[in-house]
Formats: sequence, structure tokens, C-alpha cells
Amino acid sequence: MTVIHPNMADEGAKIHARNVCVFYGDKKALDDVSLDISPDYVTAFIGPSGCGKSTFLRCFNRMNDTIGAAKVTGLIELDGEDIHSDRMDVVQLRARVGMVFQKPNPFPKSIYENIAYGPKIHGLADKKADLDVVVERSLTRAGLWDEVKDRLDDSGTALSGGQQQRLCIARAIAVDPEVILMDEPASALDPIATAKIEELIDELSGRYAIVIVTHSMQQAARVSQRTAFFHLGKMVEYGPTSEIFTNPIEERTKDYITGRYG
Amino acid sequence: MSSSALPPVAGAGPVTAAQAAPAFAPTRTPAFEKRLAQRYRAERNFRLMGLAAVGFSLAVLVFLLGNMMINGIAGFQRAELEVTVDFAASGVSGDEVSLTAPTAVQTLEMQGLPDVVGFVAEQQHGAAAAAELSPDAWRDVAAALQADPALVDRSATFSLPVSSALSSGLAGDGPPEMRALAQRLAQKGALSKNWDWGFLARSDATSPQAVGIWGALKGSILTMLVTLALAFPIGVLSALYLEEFAPKNRWTDLIEVSISNLAAVPSIIFGLLGLAIFLSIFPNLRSAPVVGGMTLALMTMPVIVISGRNAIKAVPPSIRNGALAIGASPVQVVFHHVLPLALPGMLTGTIIGMARALGETAPLLLIGMRAFVATPPDGFTSPATVLPMQIFLWSDEIDRGFVERTSAAIIVLLVFLLAMNGLAIYLRNKFEKRW
Repeated sequence: MTVIHPNMADEGAKIHARNVCVFYGDKKALDDVSLDISPDYVTAFIGPSGCGKSTFLRCFNRMNDTIGAAKVTGLIELDGEDIHSDRMDVVQLRARVGMVFQKPNPFPKSIYENIAYGPKIHGLADKKADLDVVVERSLTRAGLWDEVKDRLDDSGTALSGGQQQRLCIARAIAVDPEVILMDEPASALDPIATAKIEELIDELSGRYAIVIVTHSMQQAARVSQRTAFFHLGKMVEYGPTSEIFTNPIEERTKDYITGRYG
Repeated sequence: MSSSALPPVAGAGPVTAAQAAPAFAPTRTPAFEKRLAQRYRAERNFRLMGLAAVGFSLAVLVFLLGNMMINGIAGFQRAELEVTVDFAASGVSGDEVSLTAPTAVQTLEMQGLPDVVGFVAEQQHGAAAAAELSPDAWRDVAAALQADPALVDRSATFSLPVSSALSSGLAGDGPPEMRALAQRLAQKGALSKNWDWGFLARSDATSPQAVGIWGALKGSILTMLVTLALAFPIGVLSALYLEEFAPKNRWTDLIEVSISNLAAVPSIIFGLLGLAIFLSIFPNLRSAPVVGGMTLALMTMPVIVISGRNAIKAVPPSIRNGALAIGASPVQVVFHHVLPLALPGMLTGTIIGMARALGETAPLLLIGMRAFVATPPDGFTSPATVLPMQIFLWSDEIDRGFVERTSAAIIVLLVFLLAMNGLAIYLRNKFEKRW
């Protein structure tokens, strides 16, 4: 049973998901989830391990396609377009819906190449001068420019963990996506690097629709305006973050956020 | 709270095990210490054993290479007799046109150049010495005339090869009369052991003094080029397709098993395959490097596929995901990210496969590359032999002179192998540094 707080249905939503189920082989990993993602807010998915929150996130840019055994049913619309339809190209979809992973995964190339790769393959910037502009803008938005501007030719993997993750965020925003998906972006980082990432999410919200999966309820409370709580493959409750944390309707949500399990 | 506020540690100062050990501490008993010592001893023993194994392999390698070097050095030398030929008085004639024509050697032979050389040698050093001149010695004279036709009007001194018997006489071996003859000629300054750089420029011949390795070396180079050109792209593309694109089902499993089995097939079977397929399609290409290369490519390809797949598997999935997530197409992911990261590993597999192919004789026996080939191959389609085959052929010869030549050929093979591996390692490091 899913509880959705009032006023959460949103005609102008960036993403509409309706009755989404995901199967890994015979196992149902996600069961009948429907929600709207607003472009104006940061939406957080919380829940214990294995609850399906990352699986759901990966539906939005069809990363589940890369897992042979995974099968997605239901409807997901980006700006009213079905992302599984024939007219939607998966390459274009992923350019519009960027993703940042749990473990920082910069390419083993220079910092410059890491950022320039996306614009290059999509033909967004061909000339060196244009690429320079994109690289500087992306790194500045990711709050990394001042730290790396003198060593853009160094390998991206030589940066610290937190810097690598901001590099990955810069890489994602270099192609000017509409949505950024973040799969536990700070779970491999120390508290200071985590704080920087959270600050960055705050700054990026509004410009991009951001969906973040997190283990940490505090993080969800700090960075998000909308929160969905998942448990055992089902979405239990979805509402404004303040409501979910102070006034949850469902008993399971209450138990989780008070730390009784998870 | 500052550290000075902590209570003092009871019994500060040196503490004996007996004093400090509470009754229930199982890791502080003498029995435990004994077990600990045992563990360290086992570790020490294991390390010593490993060291001994490495030392043994090194010793064997040094012995092998040293032995080969000592024998092989002599193979790069030959005993030569100095003979002065006055062409003007010899009756051999010719001009620039006839002496540079492709048939010049035959013309000179018909003019009696072999007899002329034998005659002047007899005049200068006696009949016994002339009899020990290598039967091919006149060919060196003919080659000099071809290189410089103006010689035909002058007289010139040549260092001509002598028989194995006289050569070993010079080294102090063999029958007493040969030793005496060698001594007499050496004292006159006419007979000496010289570096034979021509060994690297000539091809196979019937007498050990006249042989050279260039024909076989060139044959090996051409064969390896064909093998590399076929096996590397096919192997790399197969590995990429199987690992990155092919659906995982029973058919791909079957292909995987087949490739693994192919890598384990005895090499002579590939020779039969080459004989049955390639030579029946191209019957004119018997003994040609192109067919040899194709046969060896069959043998090398599975090694490249297997090592390539392992190298691709070692590329972290997070790199693929990262590239996919910013909208790279699967082919872009493979060529921009996976292949560059997997290439060093693929090159390692290629080195192993090529090194194996370079040393291979069995499959080439069956496609006719054991023929006696006295001229270096002109191209991929002319008859050729390869280094290991040349070594095999020479080791079969009766003439004593071939023993040293065989060792010299082995050195050439090893140097070629090292050069090939060195190049591959250089390329691998270069690609690794780029990242």
C-alpha cells in the first residue's frame, strides 16, 4: 500500500512514472511504483538496502537495459514522452538524463578529457575554444575549477575521492542534461567531502531536476524537498521531505526514520 | 579532558608475560608462542623454496644461453684462404652489361671460373690446400665480379671459404695431416679465421662455409607479418564481440569452449588444416610465407582471443557505466574506453602467441616450408623457409661445419624473438602511460 501525500501529483512534472515494475529474472525487485518528479525540487529516495530505490533510479535513464536479466514494465515519461518508445533514442535519453554513481568513476584520462568527452561525442562542441568554455563552465558549476584549473592535464584518477565525485558531477552536467540522477553519491566519501557534495546539490537544484538515492536519512533531510521511502521493492510513502520526517503517515516510515530498523 | 587527568597505569615499567597475562588470555601462553614460531618457520621455508625455484630457473637459463653463445660465436666465423686471382690472365671476360645481368653467375661458370679459382689456389698454396677450398668458393668471386665489373681487367685478392676439415684443423682438431696443412698455411698468413658477416646476408647452401641465415630470417619476418596481420585484428575483434556484444546463450558458450579447445590443439593439426584447405585453394603457394602465415595465424588467434577476453573482463564495469550514462553508444564505449584499457593485456597475449608461432616448425613441415631454398624470398608468395626450420635442417646435416652454424642460427632466432618481444613491451608501456 502506497501513501502519497496530498498535492504531490504534478501536471508540470519532469518525469511521470506509472505502475513501474522491475524484474531481475523471476525476482521482482520493484513492485508497482508510481510518482511524479518535479523539476523544481531535489527528490530523495530513501530506504534500507535492497529496497529497490537504486533499481528505480536506474529506470529513468534506462541503465537497467545494460543488465541482461532485467526487465522493466510500466510507463515512464520524460516531458510527456515515453522513454521506452521507439522514437526515444537511448543515447539521447542518457544525454538528457545524466547520472552520478555511488563509487566515483572518472575515466582514466586527463581531467580535461573527462569533461570534454560527453560534449565531444554528442557533437555539442567541436572546436577547442568551445570545449575549453564547456570544461571551465562545468568544473566551475561543480565547484572544482579553482582546485584543478592548473592541472587539467593530470589524470582524473589522481584526484581525491571527493574531487573525483565532483569531477563525475561536472562530467554529467557538461552535456547540459535536464535531470541528474545520483546513486548514493556521497556514500564512499568522508564527512567533509560529503558536505561539499551536498552543498553542490543545493546549488545545482533549480537548474536541473535532481533525484538522489541515499542511505543516510540526515542527508535526505538536508538536501531534498521531496522524499520517497521504499521498503521491500515497494514505495511506502512519498511526500514533502519535512512532512515525511516530522509527520509520517505510514507506520513503517515512522519506524525507519526513527531508526528502529534499516 | 586532557591526558594528564588519566589515572596512572598500574605496574608501569617493564612487564613480564607471566605478570601481565590474565588467566583467561589464550594468546599469551607458551603453547601459543610455540605455534607462532612454527608459523614463522613455515613462512621462512616457503620463501626459501620459492627463491630456490627462481634460482634454479635462472641457472638453467644462463647455462643454456651461455652454451649457445660459446658455440654460436664460432658459427659467425669461418676459416678463409687468401687467393689472388688475376682476371686478365685467367681467360674470364665480360663487361658491365654481361656481369650485371641476372645470368652472370651461369656465364662465369661456363667460362670456367670454378676451375680458374681452383687453379690459382693450387699455384699459390699447393694442391692439398686447393683441394680443401670450399666447392662454392668461386661463387664469392663471382659475387665480387657482379658487384664491381671493373675487376675483370685487374687482379684481386679474395678470402675464400675452406672445407670443414681444414677449418677444424686450424682449430687444432681433426686428422694430423689437416692440422699440419692448416699450420703451414696459417704461418704463411694465407689461412685465418675471420668474422663472417656474410652469414647474415646469405641463404641456405650445400656447404656449411657458404650458408647464410638471411633467407630464413626474411622468411620468418614475412611469415610473422602475415600471422600478425591476420591473427591480431581477427583475435581482437572476436574478443571484443564475444565479451561486449554477443548475447550470453548456449551458442556463445559453445563458441567459447571451441576457442579454448582450439588453443590446446597440437600444432601439427593446424599444419594438416593448412595443407588441406589453404594449399588446395592456392596450390601454387606451396612453401610460401603467406600460406605459412595463414596457418600460424589459425594457431595464434585463439591465444589472442583468450587473453583479449581476460583483458576486457578486467576493465572495471564502472568505466562502462560512466560512459554509457553520459550517452556514449555501445561501440563508442568499446572503442573509447574498453579497448584502450584492455590493449596492454591484449598485446601481452599477442606476444605470447607470436613467440609461439615464431618457434613453430611442425605445421610448416606439412605445407612444404622445409624445402631447400637457396635464395631469400622476394615476397609473400615466393618459396621460403623459416628460422626454426632452418635450424632443424642444419642440425640434420652430416658435415661438421653445420654444428656451429646451427648454434649461430639459434642465436639469430633468439635475438629476433627478443627484438619482437622488446617491441611489444615498448608498445605496451607506451599505451599504459597514456592513461
